[in-house]
Amino acid sequence: MRRLSIAEALREGIAEEMRRDPAVFCLGEDIAVPGGWGGAFTVTLGLETEFPDRMLNTPIAELGFFGAAVGAAVAGMRPIADVQYGDFLFLAMDQIVNNAAKLRYMSGGTIAVPLVMRAPIGATGRGSQHAQSMERYFTGVPGLKVVAVSNAYDAKGVLKSAVRDDNPVLMFEHKLLYGSKGARIEPGAVDATSDVPDGDYTVPLDRAAVRREGAHVTVLAWLLMAHFAAQAAEQLAAEGIDVEVIDVRSLSPIDYETIGASVRKTGRVVIVEEGPRVGGVSAEIAAGLMEHCGESLLAPVVRVASPDVPVPFTPILENAYRPDVPRIVEGVRRVLRP
Amino acid sequence: MPHPTESLGEHAQHLLDRYPAPFLLGLYERMVVIREFEEGVKFLFLEGSMPGTIHQCQGQEATAVGVCSALEEGDFITSTFRGHGHALAKGLSVESLLFELFGASTGCCKGKGGSMHVGDMDKGMVPGIAIVGGGIPLAAGMALAYKMRKEPRVVACFFGDGAVAEGAFHEGVNLAAIWDLPVVFVCENNLYGASTRVDLVMRNERIAERAATYGIRGQTVDGNDVLAVHQATLTAVDECRHGKGPVLLELLTYRRTGHSRRDPCHYQPQDERDTWLQRDPIDRFGGLLIELGVAAAGALDQIRADVQTRFQDAVVEARHQPLPTLADLTTDVLA
Repeated sequence: MRRLSIAEALREGIAEEMRRDPAVFCLGEDIAVPGGWGGAFTVTLGLETEFPDRMLNTPIAELGFFGAAVGAAVAGMRPIADVQYGDFLFLAMDQIVNNAAKLRYMSGGTIAVPLVMRAPIGATGRGSQHAQSMERYFTGVPGLKVVAVSNAYDAKGVLKSAVRDDNPVLMFEHKLLYGSKGARIEPGAVDATSDVPDGDYTVPLDRAAVRREGAHVTVLAWLLMAHFAAQAAEQLAAEGIDVEVIDVRSLSPIDYETIGASVRKTGRVVIVEEGPRVGGVSAEIAAGLMEHCGESLLAPVVRVASPDVPVPFTPILENAYRPDVPRIVEGVRRVLRP
Repeated sequence: MPHPTESLGEHAQHLLDRYPAPFLLGLYERMVVIREFEEGVKFLFLEGSMPGTIHQCQGQEATAVGVCSALEEGDFITSTFRGHGHALAKGLSVESLLFELFGASTGCCKGKGGSMHVGDMDKGMVPGIAIVGGGIPLAAGMALAYKMRKEPRVVACFFGDGAVAEGAFHEGVNLAAIWDLPVVFVCENNLYGASTRVDLVMRNERIAERAATYGIRGQTVDGNDVLAVHQATLTAVDECRHGKGPVLLELLTYRRTGHSRRDPCHYQPQDERDTWLQRDPIDRFGGLLIELGVAAAGALDQIRADVQTRFQDAVVEARHQPLPTLADLTTDVLA
């Protein structure tokens, strides 16, 4: 058992999967340049030494290399495509949505697309075009699995499950959680390290995780917001408010079994999302809760999300944009109001 | 934009020395199968018994047959929304294609693909990628897989002249070029993207010349000469299989029908249409076969009659195929 950062855990998971299965390979921008970065957030740093033929450095061509990843998957490989910033997924949208997600259905079930796509997201002092929370754009695409990891243990286990899954899996990672060191470190990074076992293990792609048990209210969150939710719960516990925190983790499909059990226990729900409110994943979860366990709700669902604006640059506005611990605390108080 | 007008088969005798008569007759028959399929489907569509939409390839039979006849069994093709001819040339049966067009569960994609997505992985054809240019990076990726596994396979990637304006063309061809991937990029230049003539949207004289900008070989070929297409593809496939990287073939042909259903095609000048009708790939190749004594006119007529009969039998069968059940709506989404 070692204490690893998300970046280190992902690197280890990728290497282990590549050792296990020769069909696994990585492609992306700046992922395999000796002396380079190992991707924008150091996840693949040094892997080209052990796997010189399976770490493919691409041109700046997201549509092209995501398309190539889909084609390689169709032809029996298990590619891991790494986009530097989630925002660039828009450039690859056609290949992800029209090809990766649909080829199985269109072919009457004869084609599998075992593809992993990794995308860093989140507001981090870069202005509007390197900062978006992209999950909302993909959770509504049938044929894709969407996951979001918030700690190192999950990152490695989910990555391994994604590689072994026969479907296209889009994996979101948060720039403030990588814990990368040196020149690529992020100001404002949050500690998402965890104990990671030495042996092989996997984390399922369709299960939420109860991070903290509580009786009064359920807070649902993922990525950076899962950490902020846990901090809010600590603060509220001091006042005698007992918050259950669930890391939703699997954004498509959503684990209504785990979430529903919690809601039936607490009767009150706050959903925290870093992206804008309108059309967010939290909207889908809120509606899903009405369908799955609406009769258990003792109060209307409260959402804590960003305003419906592009991500601003100046720190004072960026901090006001992104949900934080005080806003989550306020959300909990609101849902508890009689 | 001028197309070459030289008569078919300058080197025909030379080629006949290389290819046995049954092979040549096979090329002819396959082109006739495509023509009769498309004409029959057009009728079925106009009479209202076929659902959906259709994009047809009458007049382009030589590109599909010429390319696919140069591929080995383990080679793959990717296709477009205009894929009936590619499918038939790659070995899908008239029945599996027709059943798919009728939306039957016995179709090549269980009725979930339809006209724009026909294909069969067992026959070496990815279901048609109907987003213009979308199949180009995908083909590069398939070829990447073969190269990484050291399999001697080649991908022939069909697309139209419209696709070269897409970013996907640039990105896919460039990736194949830098990684020396075994892809034959087959551009069927039929002069029209929907209703827009190619010279309205392209300054370049020749699409094949673009190959040079990626550091690969390009070649313009008379796409209505099935032997010329076959020969050019054979050479390109051979280069790919020997690790020399991708090749861009521009096949000059003509879209004789409208873009899709109910398009009367009024934007094509009559003299242009007439000129291309005189270059009909089937008539030209049939004439050559007669000229060289490979077949008599009557034998060619018999091939066409037999193909027509088989097609009509397939239509009768198609009308009685089982449709998917409503439970099939939600299957095949995830593995």
